[in-house]
Amino acid sequence: MAVDVGRETGPLRGARLSLSGAFWRRPWLRLLVLLLVPAAAFVAVYAASLGAMLASSFWTTDSFTAEIVHTWTLDQYRTIFNLDDPTYLRIAARTIGMAVAVTVTDAILAFPLAFFMAKIAGPRTRSFLFVMILLPLWSSYLVRIYSWTTILSSSGPLNWMLNGLGLPDANLAFTNKGMWIVFTYVWLPFMVLPVYAALERIPGSLLEASYDLGGRGLRTFRSVILPLALPGLAAGSIFTFSLTLGDYITPLLVGGPGSSLIGNIVSEQSASNLTFAAAYAMVPVAVMVLYIALVKRLGAFEAL
Amino acid sequence: MRERIRGWHVVLAGLVVVLAAPAAAVSKASQLPTKIGAGEGALSVVEWAGYTDPSFAKQFEKQTGCVIKRKDAGSSNEMFNLIHGGGGGGGGQYDLVSASGDASLRLIYAGDVQPVNIKLIPSWKDFLPAFKSPPHNTVKGVHYGVSLQWGPNTLIYNTAKVKPAPKSWSAIYDPKYKGKITVPNNPIQIADAALYLQKTKPALGIKDPYELTKPQFDAAVALLKQQKKLLLRYWLYPADDIKDFKTGDAIIGATWPYQTLQLQAAKVPVKEIIPKEGVTGWADTWMLTKRAPHPNCAYKWMAYASTPPVQARQALVFGETPVNPKACPYMDKLQKGSCAGYHLNAPASYAKSIRFWKTPVKTCGWGGRNDCMDQQAWNNAWASITG
Amino acid sequence: MTSRGARIGFGIWTMLVIAFLWIPLVIIGLYAFNASPIQSWPIENWSTHWFHVAWNDPFLRSSFRLSVEIALAATAIALVLGTMASFAIHRFSFFGRESFSLLLLLPIALPGIITGMALNSFFSFAGVQFSFWTIVVGHATFCVVVVYNNVIARLRRTSPSLLEASMDLGADGWQTFRFVTWPLLSTALVAGGLLAFALSFDEVIVTTFTAGAQTTLPIFILDNLRQGQQLPIVNVVAFVIILLTIIPVWASQRLSSFDDSPAVGRAAAVTAQTE
Repeated sequence: MAVDVGRETGPLRGARLSLSGAFWRRPWLRLLVLLLVPAAAFVAVYAASLGAMLASSFWTTDSFTAEIVHTWTLDQYRTIFNLDDPTYLRIAARTIGMAVAVTVTDAILAFPLAFFMAKIAGPRTRSFLFVMILLPLWSSYLVRIYSWTTILSSSGPLNWMLNGLGLPDANLAFTNKGMWIVFTYVWLPFMVLPVYAALERIPGSLLEASYDLGGRGLRTFRSVILPLALPGLAAGSIFTFSLTLGDYITPLLVGGPGSSLIGNIVSEQSASNLTFAAAYAMVPVAVMVLYIALVKRLGAFEAL
Repeated sequence: MRERIRGWHVVLAGLVVVLAAPAAAVSKASQLPTKIGAGEGALSVVEWAGYTDPSFAKQFEKQTGCVIKRKDAGSSNEMFNLIHGGGGGGGGQYDLVSASGDASLRLIYAGDVQPVNIKLIPSWKDFLPAFKSPPHNTVKGVHYGVSLQWGPNTLIYNTAKVKPAPKSWSAIYDPKYKGKITVPNNPIQIADAALYLQKTKPALGIKDPYELTKPQFDAAVALLKQQKKLLLRYWLYPADDIKDFKTGDAIIGATWPYQTLQLQAAKVPVKEIIPKEGVTGWADTWMLTKRAPHPNCAYKWMAYASTPPVQARQALVFGETPVNPKACPYMDKLQKGSCAGYHLNAPASYAKSIRFWKTPVKTCGWGGRNDCMDQQAWNNAWASITG
Repeated sequence: MTSRGARIGFGIWTMLVIAFLWIPLVIIGLYAFNASPIQSWPIENWSTHWFHVAWNDPFLRSSFRLSVEIALAATAIALVLGTMASFAIHRFSFFGRESFSLLLLLPIALPGIITGMALNSFFSFAGVQFSFWTIVVGHATFCVVVVYNNVIARLRRTSPSLLEASMDLGADGWQTFRFVTWPLLSTALVAGGLLAFALSFDEVIVTTFTAGAQTTLPIFILDNLRQGQQLPIVNVVAFVIILLTIIPVWASQRLSSFDDSPAVGRAAAVTAQTE
């Protein structure tokens, strides 16, 4: 469908032409217009509010009235990194450990699925699988987590099925293992999509060449597929990591005693002890900043 | 191929910043209203579960046109967070909060609630003397709310599965019921442990379960850390507690009378008791937030909830005791013997036996000491117990 | 290419993972028909009672409508800002470009509770009343990133010389946009916009920190999970949403897969190499 753009005439086109010309000759003007609103919005609102939160982590809050006392102190960080009472360190370690475990599990579950979708499935099957993976994302995240409470409960479908097979109860209700399963479940689509995108970009000719050169399945996987899929895995891991680090809903619904994560503490204290919540919130920020720096080297950003 | 841009152009772009014009809510001048105006059509409350139960709230909505929007809270900390957050004073979205004694003073001193004109509450003059101007909602003669109801935290157990019937709080610290005990997820629970230790370890010298010196506090925390290993879970909302008892996952625990009544209505064989060591409890106040968007509806509700028939019905929904003794005959009409059952006919001694929730502060009310543990210490300790 | 055994193995794994993804959704569907407000197993009494309750609940309707409005507003903002930002970053090199593209990553890379808390403090401090628009701002932060990622990925796969060629052939800016840029980007925008809408519609953590008196659908669901008396209506809501979104998701899938067809990709690759 070719369009003969030269055919159009009139004052409007003339104006558009000179405007386009003006923009073309002054690239900085185009950049200004393009960049202005997003830059202003992000810098002004987002970055400023993060900076303010960082600043408030160095103040204290009155215990009774929750008023913020603007004296600079490291008290909040001392409470967190207190070795005599390592509660908050323990919770942070649990959160980071959970994030790592969930990332690994999701990667293991997602990879073969993404490979099947990218390289083996036909286009109809691929579309169908996409729909099957994306639909759960649309359904309410809260209700899906709550349904796991029912599934894992001691008289729930899981134990009912296990008992039917003659196996003992799973005892996963209100435990960290239960939380790990739920997290893996909820973030799985976020891992599948970038890995699929990365795998899809691998030309079939590369795989064929590898086989021609004598590489068996595992060798090809190790030397050809995995390195090329790594950016996709890294991108997916950013999602699973950051979503787990800040979640408080899952521990609330599925967790038991000893299941609190950083998100729970931060949300509980956010109004009555804002300074402590801000300081504790800096822990996931620091972890993510380090993680992003690490993952950048693996090329995740191209694969996002 | 990209085009190079001069640095100063970028700086120029970055300097043009658009900030939303602060639309600061104009705070109304703090003077007491002299009469209740027309209803605004809506009322937004932060409440304990069941405090605006449709069984008595529907009539209010029909009479006044104030449609109630409720937010249930699980603990006083949560109530405080909801009212204090969002810029304070209820954030411009909540009108009323049914604060217990451990949140009410905090809200007053944090400036989140406004004084109420009790002359606009006709039933106020009939209230029990102890609840007319109690120290937890009246400061220097200024009333910051209208007392509502009061009651105990009880011990609940499944009569079919727990034998013999327990009489002491020791049952929820007993390894016999490992994995089937639930307790509230609320830092104020430390007071329950302290209350238990007051009777079982008198050497600690605990005089007030909310005013604990460090050694007393540590002993209570240690007991709770032991208990954690025996728990099914900490419940934050009554619905969670009810579900655990209904499915049979939990068979004994600390609870509010509300859950017991709901479970009994669902034909679950449970019973609650006041154990021999005594109980903690709560005395609740409807407080009006500083930035309440519907103050007239709020006043109408406070007046309505203080009238004897409504007090009676609410008492029987939640399982608590009214502050208006004129509710007694109404209670007996709804449920024979309930007036005596909830001790409304002889409230003084009953009230004395309950250790009402209050905010832990550094100043101990006894012995002129200043080294009791404060709210933040309680919160931190609770995080170390449950986390 | 891959051995038959491997293909079968992958196929079985895929089926198992998909089953894992869908079992909770099936459970939700079952419990939407559960008569009792308590979710215990097995289901004793079946009923469609909660569908009637849900249909007639005024708070459910208003929160559903509000969630749709917020998602539309946030997606609209995200489409505009995200596209602008991706063009700026892709087409120009300038001082602060790396930092800006990193800043654009933060709303997704940092947990939502951080964004929520930071914005909450910022709005409280600036005296901004929490309202519909504060929620939209909160949602827009991550929606912009989603659209930005989709558009810039597409831009990276298309040759910029296409736009220059268009200009050389006499088209002005608007005509280039209409006849060259837009067709190239449209499916990326649809995919990004759809994902942004889904994320905003279901978002709860940032929303609880930036909402005033507004109740979005996820907040309504959370309140119901806590209150417990009307619990099954959340199952009804989730069940209905799954049914309603099957068509749009499938349709968008067909759209973007058409555009990702080998022909288009190869053409873009060839033009990129000949630069």
